[in-house]
Amino acid sequence: MRVQLSRAGSLMAGLFLVPQSALAAWELNMTPGVTDVSKDIYSLHMIIFWICVAIGVVVFGVMFWSIIAHRKSKGYKPANFHEHTWVEVLWTVIPFGILVAMAVPATGTLLDIYDTKDADIDIQVTGYQWKWQYSYLDKEFSFFSNLATSKEEIYNRLDKNENYLLEVDNPLVIPVDTKVRFMITSKDVIHSWWVPDLGVKKDAIPGFINESWARVEEPGIYRGQCTELCGKDHGFMPVVVKAVPKDEYEEWAAKKVAAAEKERRLTSKDWSLEELMERGEGVYNTACASCHQADGSGAPPAFPALKDSTVATENMDQHLDIVVNGVSGTAMQAFGEQLSEVDLAAVITYERNAWGNDTGEKVTPKQILDYKNAQ
Amino acid sequence: MSAVIDTHDHSHDEHHGPAKGFTRWLLTTNHKDIGSMYLIFSFAMFLLGGSMAMVIRAELFQPGLQIVEPAFFNQMTTMHGLIMVFGAVMPAFVGLANWMIPMMVGAPDMALPRMNNWSFWLLPAAFLILVSTLFMEGGGPNFGWTFYAPLSTTYGPPSTTFFIFAIHIMGISSIMGAINVIATIMNLRAPGMTLMKMPLFVWTWLITAFLLIAVMPVLAGVVTMMLMDINFGTSFFDAAGGGDPVLFQHVFWFFGHPEVYIMILPAFGAVSEIIPAFSRKPLFGYASMVYAVAAIALLSFVVWAHHMFTVGLPIAGQLFFMYCTMLIAVPTGVKVFNWVATMFRGALSFEAPMLFAVAFIILFTIGGFSGLMLAIAPADFQYHDTYFVVAHFHYVLVPGAIFGIFASAYFWLPKWTGTMYDETLAKTHFWMSFIGMNLAFFPMHFLGLAGMPRRIPDYALQFADFNMISSVGAFMFGATQLLFLYIVVKCIRGGGEKAPAKPWDGAEGLEWTLPSPAPYHTFATPPEVK
Amino acid sequence: MSAEQSYYVPEQSKWPIIATVGMGVMMYGLASVMVTNTQEGQAGFGDWLVFLVGVALTIYMLFGWFGSVVRESRSGLYDAQMDRTFRMGMGWFIFSEVMFFAAFFGALFYARVFIVPWLGGEGDKGSSAMLWDGFEATWPLLQNPDPEAYPGPKEVIGPWGLPLLNTILLVTSSVTITVAHHALKAGNRAKLKIWMAATIVLALVFLIFQAEEYAHAYGDLGLTLSSGIYGSTFFMLTGFHGAHVILGTIILTVMLIRILKGHFEPEKHFGFEAASWYWHFVDVVWLGLFVFVYII
Repeated sequence: MRVQLSRAGSLMAGLFLVPQSALAAWELNMTPGVTDVSKDIYSLHMIIFWICVAIGVVVFGVMFWSIIAHRKSKGYKPANFHEHTWVEVLWTVIPFGILVAMAVPATGTLLDIYDTKDADIDIQVTGYQWKWQYSYLDKEFSFFSNLATSKEEIYNRLDKNENYLLEVDNPLVIPVDTKVRFMITSKDVIHSWWVPDLGVKKDAIPGFINESWARVEEPGIYRGQCTELCGKDHGFMPVVVKAVPKDEYEEWAAKKVAAAEKERRLTSKDWSLEELMERGEGVYNTACASCHQADGSGAPPAFPALKDSTVATENMDQHLDIVVNGVSGTAMQAFGEQLSEVDLAAVITYERNAWGNDTGEKVTPKQILDYKNAQ
Repeated sequence: MSAVIDTHDHSHDEHHGPAKGFTRWLLTTNHKDIGSMYLIFSFAMFLLGGSMAMVIRAELFQPGLQIVEPAFFNQMTTMHGLIMVFGAVMPAFVGLANWMIPMMVGAPDMALPRMNNWSFWLLPAAFLILVSTLFMEGGGPNFGWTFYAPLSTTYGPPSTTFFIFAIHIMGISSIMGAINVIATIMNLRAPGMTLMKMPLFVWTWLITAFLLIAVMPVLAGVVTMMLMDINFGTSFFDAAGGGDPVLFQHVFWFFGHPEVYIMILPAFGAVSEIIPAFSRKPLFGYASMVYAVAAIALLSFVVWAHHMFTVGLPIAGQLFFMYCTMLIAVPTGVKVFNWVATMFRGALSFEAPMLFAVAFIILFTIGGFSGLMLAIAPADFQYHDTYFVVAHFHYVLVPGAIFGIFASAYFWLPKWTGTMYDETLAKTHFWMSFIGMNLAFFPMHFLGLAGMPRRIPDYALQFADFNMISSVGAFMFGATQLLFLYIVVKCIRGGGEKAPAKPWDGAEGLEWTLPSPAPYHTFATPPEVK
Repeated sequence: MSAEQSYYVPEQSKWPIIATVGMGVMMYGLASVMVTNTQEGQAGFGDWLVFLVGVALTIYMLFGWFGSVVRESRSGLYDAQMDRTFRMGMGWFIFSEVMFFAAFFGALFYARVFIVPWLGGEGDKGSSAMLWDGFEATWPLLQNPDPEAYPGPKEVIGPWGLPLLNTILLVTSSVTITVAHHALKAGNRAKLKIWMAATIVLALVFLIFQAEEYAHAYGDLGLTLSSGIYGSTFFMLTGFHGAHVILGTIILTVMLIRILKGHFEPEKHFGFEAASWYWHFVDVVWLGLFVFVYII
């Protein structure tokens, strides 16, 4: 509440005083961004903006002159003209000329944006309800990027931090001075991947790949969001891109490759119920809780409850099938391709033992692997 | 334009007056009754859709989730859009057309009066079904008023099928209404009323009706494809079966872009009547106004994909749609220049219709400017699906369509009711609406440019201040509309000066030759136009 | 443009409101049937009942409304200006139907020219092919990108069998109705009746062949609504066309009944003309189908 009060305070101050220092918080314009493309877009935006302002000044100028000077209450007598061929021709031809002049740089920038050839790195960006997956096609590893803001902040039980709703657990990491090609697609509905500073916005269409690219010069963290309505949590799937120097990127990528390898080894390890439950709770909260709720109560009918449900307490095969393959025609996704075997085993075990479901049954990563292979 | 007519005696009406009781409205074939019903229905929908906007703005007043859950928030944005487009704006213009077109062209009624009544009554039926979806299992439509597949097909709530049939009924209503308008204008004009003598409101409606007949069936087609994908296993919008979600968008926007002009052209027409009346000077460039409207209508068929610049169109398509879209600025500019030239060196006075009409020109032009910016495809990559777009289309729809409707209502209320509305209250209504509307929507430009996506229930902290201002403005605009209701009710109940046949000294046209209020049946014998 | 003094403005009428209730109830019932079918697998009696009540009301309305228009027309209430209104109304209605079909033709062209090649790896969005291992772009599309979700048809229907026959039938029926029209104008009622009956027979044979073709597609070829985009566009286009043929046949039958009852005069017979316009329109749509769906 205190946050809001101080906001209201600064709002009032902003309305009446507009002190120079406060202007920083009042973001008025588009970001010029950090790539050549985004800077080109910014300059197009400013040119067309000033053209509009200039036309506006002329048109509204004439209009306000009439409004002030040509009033009946001042006894002004109306003229009776209602045609003028030359004026009409001029105000058709001149705007046309301005538009042609505007179309030239716009076309150039567009061709540049569409030139996705000769990229140094390919990253497949896949949208899911409601998270992003980044697959580094040259390096053979991938990971999910989820919203990191807590429910407590969203429901106003905790103060909101500076990057509220614009923070993720695993940002996309790219090297600077490198042409990175994004192969953007989706697994369910249409999403749109947008990072304003990179000048990249492309829709993620299920079943198709849209290409886009960026070459970032400055290391830094660049934030964006999903910009195509994609269901309930559309507002909660941010994009965070971390641009790092090339050597740092190589180091990071090597670690990721090693971690992927380790994950594969974990699959064959023997897991106890407690270990699985502990890991499962974490997986559940990132992958499942947004629909089925942290306490397993769901939001019927779209999102069934798991607590005391027959699927989660009795029929193990059905439970496996639903989690691994999803339920077509509903929002239940096929998590078989999103989560590792370990995570799948953990989350299913968790669902069968949490919130009083207490079946005491566990599923091991090995079982999951066998189940997948049998399909 | 000016239509000079012979003095004619209209008192020998062979028809009797309206029937008594509720059957008058249920069974009527009178264009004035039907026009009134359309207008009342439209205002009711305006309040309903507006209250949904209030829910949206209340949730967005501060960051964080306070009032509604995201799932319900999405239903509110969707229903707000659907109700405003199909329930408020379109029926309001059909209502104006029903009232005014027969009186403006000197016709005894609409060409097909019974079908006219059917067109109207289908609307309440359609909206009953549409609004009832909110109470169905799984909730109502939650996929935005553009209902993109597959969010609206595979991932839509079960009530989507009801939504589809509601759209079908609305479409049937619109098509029949449009056929009626065309037949009335083409076939029932008084002798001497040549096409190029018609008032611009009639012209714009003729072209609007053509657009309606051309695109409403396409909307019917696309929702039918949805219906089949949902219930009968087709794969129009599913790549797994060789379909494409983007196909939905192409077909939808082939309807959707002309639809945008359907919602603005009649307002162009009304403003073209009102500006000359209160400038006491004939409309500048009548012929070029007509050609400009026709050009806008034709161009509207080849610009649909500018709503889809980010879906990954091939480059050739991207360029084609960008150029065509920019081209629309030319005829639209001509219209604005003509209005300003009409005002220039007139003898202006500022009664409520003129205030709304002048605000229309200024604010619609601002919306046009942001439209031109959005047409620049590369820049659209930054604007698309942000609050900049929300600001843009609210600037063309609220001070465009809605202010156009308010201006028309005040302009013709004396003719409809026989009573002058309360000018002081009407001016208050204008200024409160004007300030509220700008407060609500201007900051959205900044929000969009700063990176706030649309259709989100919660936002990052840097967007907080402008959202708060915007909500305050929206509440102000919303509350003000109750004043309009009061003004109109007062006027209908006869609380005000008696209106003369022609209350505006600068007004021209056949409707002003009739007494106020206009008799139940007018022009049973066509007037002679010279 | 002249406006005669006697343009007919009808008195109050109950038909529009009955039509509204009929259509509202029918559509609501139909939606209920579909939703329960999809959600629960089987629509209940109640859903069907609502739908059928709506249909009954609509049929009652059609008889009543058209009946009163026919009566008004025959009692001489309509003048030449009213006749023009009807012509415009029918003309623009047919234009709206054209646009409805245009949406489905558009979907077909888009699928063939863009979607399928892209998914198969060609063109601007060809990289989409990496999502669909082993998919090849062909038309007719016998194997879908995901054959498990959408099993493709074994084969599709060739143009030179039943479809060609159907084309001949429909084109002939367009000729026969024109002959009937000329007979009507010449006042030759006997000839009018024969050629009108012939048109209806041709229409019925067309429908029987079409039903036969559908049975073959579903039963033998595995070509169904859910066999991918080929089946989707094929059945939507031919299905909606078929629905229009059924409607057209009903209209023609009504016209024949009216002819037998002695309606229509050589100079004034717009009801008949409207029916024949509609029939020609249905015929033209079929020619489009034959070329774009079957041949190419």
